[in-house]
Amino acid sequence: MKKLWIALGMLAVAALMLWGFNQAIYVAPTEATMGDVQRIFYYHVPNAMLSFLFFAISFVASILFLAWRNTAPARAQAADAWALASAEVGVVFCSVVLITGPLWARPVWGIWWTWDARLTTTLLLWLIYVSYLLLRRFVEGAQMQTLAAVVSVFGALDVPIVYMANRWWRTQHPAPVFGGGPDSGIKDPTMLAAFGWNLLAWAVWGLMLLAFRVHVERRNQQIQHKASQAALAGR
Amino acid sequence: MTETEHGPSQPLSQPPSTSSGQLPPLSAPTPVAQLDDLSRLFGSFAALRRIQYTFLPGKCYVLLGENGAGKSTLLRILAGLLPPSHGTITLFGSFTPAQACGRIGYMSHAPMLYDELTGVENLAYFAALYPRSQTLSPELALQQVGLDPALPRKVGQYSQGMRQRASLARVLMAQPDLLLLDEPFSNMDIQSAHQMVALLDKLRQPGRTVVLTTHQRELALPIADCMLTLHAGQIVSEGSAHRS
Amino acid sequence: MAVAIAPPEEPGWFHLVGIHLRKDLRIEWRSREAIHSMIFFALLVVVLFSMAFDPTAAASREIAGGVLCVATLFASVSALNQAWSREIRHDVLDALRMTPADRSAIFVAKVLANFLFVTVVQALLAPVFFIFYNLRPLGNGWLLLAIVPLGTWALVANGTFFAALSIRSRNRELLLPLILFPIFLPALLAMVLAVKTILTGDGSDPHLLWLKMLAGYDIIFMTVSLLLFDTVLHAE
Repeated sequence: MKKLWIALGMLAVAALMLWGFNQAIYVAPTEATMGDVQRIFYYHVPNAMLSFLFFAISFVASILFLAWRNTAPARAQAADAWALASAEVGVVFCSVVLITGPLWARPVWGIWWTWDARLTTTLLLWLIYVSYLLLRRFVEGAQMQTLAAVVSVFGALDVPIVYMANRWWRTQHPAPVFGGGPDSGIKDPTMLAAFGWNLLAWAVWGLMLLAFRVHVERRNQQIQHKASQAALAGR
Repeated sequence: MTETEHGPSQPLSQPPSTSSGQLPPLSAPTPVAQLDDLSRLFGSFAALRRIQYTFLPGKCYVLLGENGAGKSTLLRILAGLLPPSHGTITLFGSFTPAQACGRIGYMSHAPMLYDELTGVENLAYFAALYPRSQTLSPELALQQVGLDPALPRKVGQYSQGMRQRASLARVLMAQPDLLLLDEPFSNMDIQSAHQMVALLDKLRQPGRTVVLTTHQRELALPIADCMLTLHAGQIVSEGSAHRS
Repeated sequence: MAVAIAPPEEPGWFHLVGIHLRKDLRIEWRSREAIHSMIFFALLVVVLFSMAFDPTAAASREIAGGVLCVATLFASVSALNQAWSREIRHDVLDALRMTPADRSAIFVAKVLANFLFVTVVQALLAPVFFIFYNLRPLGNGWLLLAIVPLGTWALVANGTFFAALSIRSRNRELLLPLILFPIFLPALLAMVLAVKTILTGDGSDPHLLWLKMLAGYDIIFMTVSLLLFDTVLHAE
């Protein structure tokens, strides 16, 4: 029964993604100055927003792990699973952002890449979380989780600093579409609808991925726990 | 830090009138270390399994067992260098190993001294990290283990036996109540090993507990009060040894 | 080896830092491993970049800041990788972990020692650098004396912390740059731009924003390092 619901949920997510694709590619009108390449926006922006969300989850989970690791080991293990899973999903989403961004920038700006506030911040986030995932592979044993959580805290501290630095420095990225100024916001309702559907579709998809990954990691932890119980029992 | 007077052991020790003042009181004295259901895992390898044991003050415990039996792991947990995976460890009645670290001396296979400094320089450095009233002077500590404090040689140029003794001096300098020695006779010729045993015997003090691991049962026999054998992470036998 | 002035019963925190620092400097003075390897390494980087770009005076002002910082970065990593090697070699670190004194002093002293080593290297390298790149700062040259130490501190403090963190990994020397570089990135950015502003004298940074950012970065990361050092040291 449970499996059926999971399968139905996955189907629903797939349908939602298809619907979002249809909205972005066929329904939304072609943008006046940029042309069809603007349609990348419907993927680029939701992915960017969600990758920030996943990295934020990972950061909070890392802090919780550090707080609980001595007092509540069971809860700390859950926090660690969330930290790992959301870092991985975040890196996937962030990679999409870093790939779609230059694809859009090349025809519109005439260059693939520039050291602008949001570009630099996004790349830095990606680098930090890749190094976080590398650390988790490099170190063995129980101390790995603690060290990874420490690196996660350091990495999260970097983000606001580099973001502010780049705002002072130079910015080429389009002004924020939402909340950027009096002229911001999407005027065309079909464009807004396409954006909304895609944001929803990617969010549901990302959260599903996260839920699966957390589940797998918790299973891993259970297996390790069983193995250690068996080892304690002596067989 | 060092108020061992408090606790129930003092008032309780009065009623059973023991004839000899030499003997410890019959009532249970505050244990030096209490291991409760203590386990340590490395991945899925259990180095220690559900150990239940109490170390009493003033005794010399000798841990025997083959390689991988968990002897070193047990010492590192007692030293507070390694947290247990399960179970608890209580030192001196009510402290965690981290809280009691100033009262524990630990000597591992490695000398735990800087190669580039002389013996006295090493010891002076470590002495500065302990409360001043607690420590012996570096010179005195070196003399106790039979090393010349004026020796200008760096520890890196010491022989193995000298390094072990310098390491012991580092430990003794802080005047620990609990002395943990991991293989103190390893890599030593038989003569140095016997000297080490004699030294350890000489340095025993009332109230100082010694826990040492070794492969060489016969060597440790003269100083052992209690022989513990570890096998596959558990204490499989406990026997008192008569001091000769 | 007479006992000098009688220290207080419980050594104070600054006194402790002094004890650790004196020990670190004495050991480095006897071996001079870190300094020698760093000097040569940094010199190589400066020469290599100079050859690769064949800078003219105008262009060199643009890139020299970057070269200086990257040379410092690479040279420091070779030393930072060895920052705790003497403590690891004979389990000295275990003995230090068992002392009742505040362990954050060990970290601060290590940072100070490495900071001194890197600063000495920079001081020796500066003339070479200015000759190879035909430099004459057009802006406030003396500001370099604030920017370079602040940037170096950011590098060395983080580097020492992550070197301690990598102690327990399999590929210790590989892991350090992998973690350090991304996290050091904001400081590198600020340092490079601040140096460039001074060398080119373009007046693009009248409020010394980069200098303030470097100082802020140093304060934030030093605080967090101090708070988390014991956690990293005892992670086992």
